[in-house]
Parts: sequence; C-alpha cells; structure tokens
Amino acid sequence: MSDNKVFMIFQDTADARPFIEALTQENPAANVVHQPGMVRFEALGKLGITREVVEELAGREIDLQEMHLTLISLSGNVDEDDDYFRITRH
Amino acid sequence: MARKLNMRKRYELLTRGLGWEPTYQPREKVFSNETYEGIKITDWSKWEDPFRLTVDAYWKYQAEKDKKLYAVMDSFAQNNAHLNVADASYVNALKLFIQGVTPLEYAAHRNFARLARQFGGEGAQIACQMQSIDELRHAQTQIHTISHYNKHFNGLHDPFHMFDRVWYLSVPKSYFDDASSAGPFEFITSVSFAFEYLLTNLLFVPFMSGAAYNGDMATVTFGFSAQSDESRHMTLGLEIIKFLLEQHEDNVPIVQGWIDKHFWRAYRVLALVSMMQDYMLPESPMSWKEAWEIYFVENAGALFNDLGRYGLRMPRHHEVATAEAEHLSHQVFGIFYNYTHAAALNLGLPGEKKMDWLSEKYPNTFDKYYRPRYEMWAQMAKEGKRFYNGGLPQLCQVCQVPMAFTEIGKGDPMQFSYRVSEYNGEKFHTCSDGCKDIFDHEPEKYVHAWLPVHQILQGNCGGATIPDVLNWYHFQPEDSGEYAGSADEIRWKAMHGKAAESTQDAA
Amino acid sequence: MTVKSIQGEYPVVMMDSVERFHGNQLVYINWDHHTSFCSANTYPLPPDMPFGALTAEVLPGVLGAHPDFPQIQWDKVEWMLDGEGFTPDMDKSLKDNGVGHKSLIRFRTLGLKGYRGTGN
Repeated sequence: MSDNKVFMIFQDTADARPFIEALTQENPAANVVHQPGMVRFEALGKLGITREVVEELAGREIDLQEMHLTLISLSGNVDEDDDYFRITRH
Repeated sequence: MARKLNMRKRYELLTRGLGWEPTYQPREKVFSNETYEGIKITDWSKWEDPFRLTVDAYWKYQAEKDKKLYAVMDSFAQNNAHLNVADASYVNALKLFIQGVTPLEYAAHRNFARLARQFGGEGAQIACQMQSIDELRHAQTQIHTISHYNKHFNGLHDPFHMFDRVWYLSVPKSYFDDASSAGPFEFITSVSFAFEYLLTNLLFVPFMSGAAYNGDMATVTFGFSAQSDESRHMTLGLEIIKFLLEQHEDNVPIVQGWIDKHFWRAYRVLALVSMMQDYMLPESPMSWKEAWEIYFVENAGALFNDLGRYGLRMPRHHEVATAEAEHLSHQVFGIFYNYTHAAALNLGLPGEKKMDWLSEKYPNTFDKYYRPRYEMWAQMAKEGKRFYNGGLPQLCQVCQVPMAFTEIGKGDPMQFSYRVSEYNGEKFHTCSDGCKDIFDHEPEKYVHAWLPVHQILQGNCGGATIPDVLNWYHFQPEDSGEYAGSADEIRWKAMHGKAAESTQDAA
Repeated sequence: MTVKSIQGEYPVVMMDSVERFHGNQLVYINWDHHTSFCSANTYPLPPDMPFGALTAEVLPGVLGAHPDFPQIQWDKVEWMLDGEGFTPDMDKSLKDNGVGHKSLIRFRTLGLKGYRGTGN
C-alpha cells in the first residue's frame, strides 16, 4: 500500500492539454493512467507543474488558475503561487 | 515601474485585508456560534487557504464552465440526444439522482452561506462563500440537465416536494438535516470532510461513469463541469480538518467523534447509490464492491495514515462497511423490489446478462444468497403474482433505511441486525452498531426524527391508504412499478419506432 | 451524552409516543430467515388485540405471499419478544403478553428457512 500517494486528474480535452503535458514532463516518476474522458497522474510524495513549462507547451501566456476549468480531482496538500502548483503528502 | 503583486499577496489583500476586529459589539456576539460545540480556535490567522481564488478569478472561471456546459445542454436538446442512452431503464438512475441528491446540493448551498457568516476567520469565510455559490450552481445545473429528461420520462417532475416526504428520500434528507442542525464546525466536518473528501468519489463516480457508459452525454458533461468545483471542495475539507486539529489538542476527540458519526451516516446514504450502481445501469462500469475497494479502502487508508500524526484514527465501524461491500447493493435492491409500487421509479429483476455480471463481481455472495431470491421472484412474476411487500417496513431510527442490513460480521448474512435503545421509557430501534452509537450519543436529536413509516401511521401523510400517501407524495401512477410494461418503456419503444411489447430481460 | 445547544436545553420531543397512533401501538414483526421480505414490518395494532389474531388475520396479509407460508405449523413456531425467547398465549391480548409500544416480535419456523433453504 502506497501511503503517501498523491494524484491529480484532468479532463482529456484540448484545454487541459498543456497541463497534462507539463505534468508528464515535470514528473517523470509519476504513473499516468488514461481512463475514458480523463487522464490520471499518480506519484509518491509529490506532483507539480510550473507556469514556464505550461506556457511553453501552450504557446501563449498562461494563468495557472486556468486549471480550474479542467481539473477533475486531486489528493494531497496544495501549495500554489503565480509560478507553480504542487501537491504533496508525507 | 510598480512591481506586480504575486498571487499570495493579491489574495491576502483582497481577503484578509477586508476583515476587522469589531468594536461596536463584542466579537463573541458577532460570531455567536463559534464556541458552543466545544471547539477552540486560538488563531484564525493560521488558516492556510486551500486554493487562492479571488472573486474576479472565481467568476471568470465559473462563467466559462457554465458557458461550455450550457452549450452542450443546448446541443443535447436540439439533437434529442436522450434517444442515445443505452435503454430507458437507465433513466431511473437520474430519477434517484434528482430526487435524492439535487436537494442536498441546495441544502449545502444554504449551509455554506451560514458557515461563511458564522466562521470568524476571513480565509474560511471566503472558502465557504465560494462553496455556497458552487453548490447553488450544482443544484441549478443538475436541474437544467435533468429537466430535458423530464420532458420524456416519468418520476422527475417534483423532486423537492418528494424529498421532504418520501420514505427512501428521508435517508439523504435526515442525514443532511442532522448536519444542518449541528453547529458550523460539525457541519463542515460532516460535509466537507466526511462527505466531500472521504466519500465523494463513491457518489460521483458511480453516477458519472454510469452516465458515460450508458450514453448520457448531458449528465457526463454536468459531471465534469462540477468536478472541477469538487476539487476545491475536497481541498477545503482536508484543510479544515488539519486546521482544527492543529488549533488545540482539545479539538481532537471532538473531531474524531464527528468523523465517526458522519462517516457512518454518509455510508448508509451511499447504500442507495450502491443499488443504483449494481442494478440500475444497463452497462455497468464498475461494481459497488470494486468502487469501495478503490475509493475507500485504498484512499482512506492513505489519508488516515497521513492524519495519524494529529491523533486521528480510521472512523469507527469502517471494517463493518468493508465487510458489507459484498452484500450492500443486493440488500438495498431487495428493499426497492419489495416497494417498487411505492417508489417514484421503475424497477425490474436483473436479466441473465446482469446476473452473470453480478456473479462475476460478487463471487462469494451473489449465487449463494441473492440469485435464489431472484429465481423465486421471477417464478412468482411468471405466475402473474409479482412479489410486493404488502406491509410497511421497520425503519432505522437514525439512518431511516428499512432495516435490511444483516449480521455479516457475525457470519450470519441472512439474519437482520437488530439493535435497540431506551430513552424516556420508549424503545428506539437501529440497524447496526454504527447507528446505535449515534443514537445513544445524542438521543434527544433522534427521538425527534420524522420517520416516514411512523408518520404515515399517525395519519400525517395524506390518508390511510397507499394511494392516498402516493398522491400526497405527488406521485403520478406511471411513476411507480415494474419497468417492463411501464409508460417509460412503452414511450421508449415508440420513440425508436418499435411495437409496444414489453420485455422481461430489460437489463 | 446530550446534544450541544447554543442556549438553554435541547428540547425533547417524542415524535412517536404511543398517544400519536390513535389508540394503536406499533409492533414490529419479522419472520427470521425469510429475507426476501426486506426487513421486519411495522404494524399499528390495538394493544387489546388477542395474540392469536396476529397469526390468523394480520400476518397472512403480508407474509402470505411467500411459498413457505402455507406450510407453517403455528404450534411449532419459536417466538422471540424484544430479544428474549417467549411463548405467547394466543388467547391473551398483546398487552397482556408483554407486547408493548414498539416491541419487536420475531418468529422462526424450523425446517422452513426460506426459498430452497437459502434464507430468502
């Protein structure tokens, strides 16, 4: 049993694409599961993305809070600011 | 050039900066509900915002979500997409949802507004205020989504009236009324933590994946639209618990007691969902047992491991809930089959294909205990004597579900669990140790319960006969009874250009 | 343990006290190992009703639907009242048999344990 598992789940849509790709790129140890209509990221201890990477992938300015449009669920303790969003669990 | 403020600073100025210490009245009078539950808050400034959404950002993203959702609803209506669901029998899941869940969303809206007023810390006020608006949005979008189905199917026409009166709807109603009549800290522990964090996936995933697997695009879209709000709600639930536990060690046993109580009450409400998940979906994504294993046994295990450092343990009787996972949906289906004549939904026996699926998903219990029951009932139906329970059920005083749960822990799954307490010289029956514990802890609350069966027998529900009562519930005759031969089935076949002959094997 | 209230004592309102049932009392009755009846049933019964009227008139209306019912030998039935074994006097009233408001009566029929003996 993975006691400090964290996860984030996004809708599998065009709007979510830069976030999904950033999560994949910035969390190489994460497990990525594709389910109908959604993409689930699981990791031990932490998951995070940075605005710089998301913007590069999106090809435009990004406000990380745009993730509220496509985030389905998360599990872990949230820590966020303008330039990053991460969840952790000890 | 002025430096741009970062998210933390912006948020701080737009939220914390707007609070003040009252001087015209004492603080305890302004925030009069903060102490009576025994919870001690020493320093509201220690509140860590789960999400830092200022109101301008909130409106922007919520409006965007709504525009996208209503565009899909328009398209759904324009394309008569209700014709694409797997079968009209699926719509009974939506009847259960609009009757039993949507009124809870509205009640949550009212309560989070109360909390936004009653909590003394600005961070908690803001979070609750936004959740209040989220919940109103959920109630409205559910009503809008399901109203399309109301044009074509029965049982969807008066959910709020039914919620306050109908016997199976008193299960969610009494749970939420229990939390609503508690103080602000108990309410938020119950709803934000026990329900929105610990158990939310056991409500949402069955309904939404059920919708996805059965061609209900409108409900799937509503589900995704609401889920992004739910991620904020979940984070609030976790944050409030950590905050309370860190504020004062005296809070720990109080919070643990609330978690024990509301986990169990919410679990009993979810029994209705387990039945929907295993019996109402023509195409079944996942069994209740599987969902419980993933969303409770695994997830809660991880969570309480994390919270152990604050002195919290797993909720009392959680192992009973886990043991019941192989029986729950079947026992609740039994309740609804007994009383299909008195429910605002249509139900029939599972067909061969569904029974094979149930055998596979429940290898230890289905064929031994429940398949024989369906064989007997199928035989009775074939002889023109479809089984209905001609009496009124015994309800649990606390969860208000008919007392269909059994002594699984004692190895006797065909023996109903009976527990009884005495208060003020009168007996009160409960279905389980979980419900008895709740009764014994606050008996004054539960002797006050409006139990539908007892109210019918007191003559408070429209009259002495079942038709009188159903009329008082605002049921139409077509709302109840067997799916085979129902008005919904006949209409469904007509919509698809088929002759109006019924089938026994609807699943 | 009592309910915490903002001010004063939490009011005690007995919503199901016997006077609210128009001369009847509530009796819960269940036939053990016949779980196709999803729970015990709730009956409004006059306290003065003879116990024998239960088996002769009241129960057949609800439990008669079960294939086991016609085979019940009432003189061989085992009874429980409020958790204790008991032998009812069929001629005496419910009240005189100790059946009070919200009493629970359970009975077992040896050899008849539901459909094909499965407890259903």
